[in-house]
Amino acid sequence: MNRSAIDLWVGIFVAMGIAALLFLALKVGNLLTLDHAPGYRLEARFDNIGGLKLRAPVKAAGVLVGRVESVRLDPKTYEAVATLRIDRQYEFTKDTIASINTSGVLGEVYVGLDAGGDPAMLKDGDRIAKTQSAVVLEKLIGQFLFDKAQQPNNGQDPNSAGSAAAVAGKGSGGNMK
Amino acid sequence: MSAELAHGLAYWLRRLGGGVTGGISRLGFAARFLLAVLWYSPQAFRRIHLTLREIYFAGVLSLVIVLMSGMFVGMVLSLQGYETLKRYGSDEQLGILVALALVRELGPVIAGLLFASRAGSAITAEIGLMKTTEQLAAMEMMAVNPLARVVAPRFWGGVVSMPLLAALFSAFGIFGGYLVGVRLIGIDEGAFWGQMQAGVDFWPDVTNGIIKSVVFGFAVSLIAVFEGYDSKPTAEGVSTATTRTVVISSLAILALDFVMTAFMFRGGNV
Amino acid sequence: MGAPVNVHGGAAATIAGRSEPETPAVELVDVSFAYDVRPVLEGITMTIPRGKIVAIMGGSGCGKTTILRLIGGALKPRSGAVRVAGQSVPDLGAEALYHLRRRCGMLFQFGALFTDMSVFENIAFPLREHTDLPEELIRDLVLMKLHAVGLRGAAQLMPSELSGGMARRVALARAIALDPMLVMYDEPFAGLDPISLGVIGQLIRRLNDALGITSVVVTHDVYESLKIVDYLYFVSDGRIVASGTVADVRESMLPFVRQFVDGQPDGPVPFHYPAAPYREELFARVG
Repeated sequence: MNRSAIDLWVGIFVAMGIAALLFLALKVGNLLTLDHAPGYRLEARFDNIGGLKLRAPVKAAGVLVGRVESVRLDPKTYEAVATLRIDRQYEFTKDTIASINTSGVLGEVYVGLDAGGDPAMLKDGDRIAKTQSAVVLEKLIGQFLFDKAQQPNNGQDPNSAGSAAAVAGKGSGGNMK
Repeated sequence: MSAELAHGLAYWLRRLGGGVTGGISRLGFAARFLLAVLWYSPQAFRRIHLTLREIYFAGVLSLVIVLMSGMFVGMVLSLQGYETLKRYGSDEQLGILVALALVRELGPVIAGLLFASRAGSAITAEIGLMKTTEQLAAMEMMAVNPLARVVAPRFWGGVVSMPLLAALFSAFGIFGGYLVGVRLIGIDEGAFWGQMQAGVDFWPDVTNGIIKSVVFGFAVSLIAVFEGYDSKPTAEGVSTATTRTVVISSLAILALDFVMTAFMFRGGNV
Repeated sequence: MGAPVNVHGGAAATIAGRSEPETPAVELVDVSFAYDVRPVLEGITMTIPRGKIVAIMGGSGCGKTTILRLIGGALKPRSGAVRVAGQSVPDLGAEALYHLRRRCGMLFQFGALFTDMSVFENIAFPLREHTDLPEELIRDLVLMKLHAVGLRGAAQLMPSELSGGMARRVALARAIALDPMLVMYDEPFAGLDPISLGVIGQLIRRLNDALGITSVVVTHDVYESLKIVDYLYFVSDGRIVASGTVADVRESMLPFVRQFVDGQPDGPVPFHYPAAPYREELFARVG
């Protein structure tokens, strides 16, 4: 094995290794995606964020528009405060609703934004006024059982079908601030 | 208790104690050895060709086994993962499953184990044989420090090769997973790569995998050169040293993996 | 030459009738050494004058190789002085030891050639490591050394392709690559065929005289040694038991020297390893 042959093979080896690392970083991971695009911050408060994690997606109409930057608990109001970092090219109205959803049964938790009709737009640092907390399964079941117990006969309470759904739709009492 | 039983017990206790103290003093010796190797390393880099040669023997010659194993592991992950995910209707998550398993754990660990058995044992045997045939002593008598000329290049050759091999293992594994998942089983290609990209983060998944492989590289390389250098200069001595390299490296990799994983992948809102 | 010399045992040996005003190449004064608790050498005193070939003889495992290691600075004596060219070897710092070793060459048992390099590379090794000579000059030097040992045509062979005798000669060429002032030979005659024995012996003598070096030969081959050396030391159980010139050794009546030179199975070095009396052991009750 002479020197030039060794140098060649080592060069090939190192090049392959670096290519693999780049592959892992870019194609497999998400090194160059949104985290580095210019963005602005919005704050959203929830009663319960469920399984929301850092860097969870923020989607509007199913399109990725940003990431969850930080999550903390407000010690005075005991609410969860999530800071969302939104891509600068997207603007949202002041009456946008932020809700916590799950994609699929085992899917990941993300923040969904539904824009409203307000002509004014949210700026960097604004707080999203209307939020919808995550569905907590235990409360859902509890509400369902409660409703069931409320019925005098089986399935004859005209209101029972509605209230469980109301819980699911509004979270624990809905958060209209 | 009879005298014989007490005797036997005392004997085994003495052996246990001796083993523990011997092991600890060996550990200290290995630490000093590491410092010495690091001290003489600049020479290994001035004569960069020595180190390049070792990267060839440790890294390039391990490529075949690493790439093939990576591909097979990825393929199996895909097969097994699909069966389980399908039960929960989440078969589209297959990409994330394969990628995370490989990048976080299997890539560094399995590549490390393969490296220890193939390259680590070869390094130990080589240094041990040089010791047995007095080549190291001859070098010393010629006023050439064997630590600088023989040990340090092999140490750094291993340290450089290991992360590259781990990355290649993971990459080929993901490719194998793709082959089975998309081509064989028929999962949507877009979902496979898209979910994977969304679910695998550069920090912490890929970088922690890289950190692990670097740490494993240091550990295996140190163990390999140390066992070779410290071997008894006989045929049995070299054989024992080679076996020790593989065994101790493997245990070290698994133990370090546990410690690092506990640190890196904690729960919480991360 | 040859006034009665110290073949009556032990201690400081001199070559009577020769005045050596300059520093001897190697001096050991009352050196003792032990690996852990087991003493290997005790009270070793020897002088190796410049330009001479001195043999250190003794049975296997009597400490001969240890003496070479002490001279080379690979081991430190427990007590006593080891001096090479006037410098005390155990007290040398790393830098000074490095410089001293460049002036010494050593031929290891069985050669200790670097198996991953060719013959040429092996001999070029010390030249490349210690000098800044250009490649053409190194090539010439290597070929010269190979020519001196008769192996110029084998320059491109690998050590695994060499016979024992050839490997030994290559190692010899490597030992003299830097034109040392002192060459040490560890069992140069071990395991060689009669022709190779003759070749190595002649090379040791001729190179010593031609290059003006001092040679220390550790061996137990009496026949070959007596053909080429100037002076001999006999070591047994870690002590010097006899010393003298070739003529003195041939005529010596010391029991150890006689047993060694004549190759008698029993004598001061006993045939039987220490054991219980024969009759007792044969008729001992088992269990």
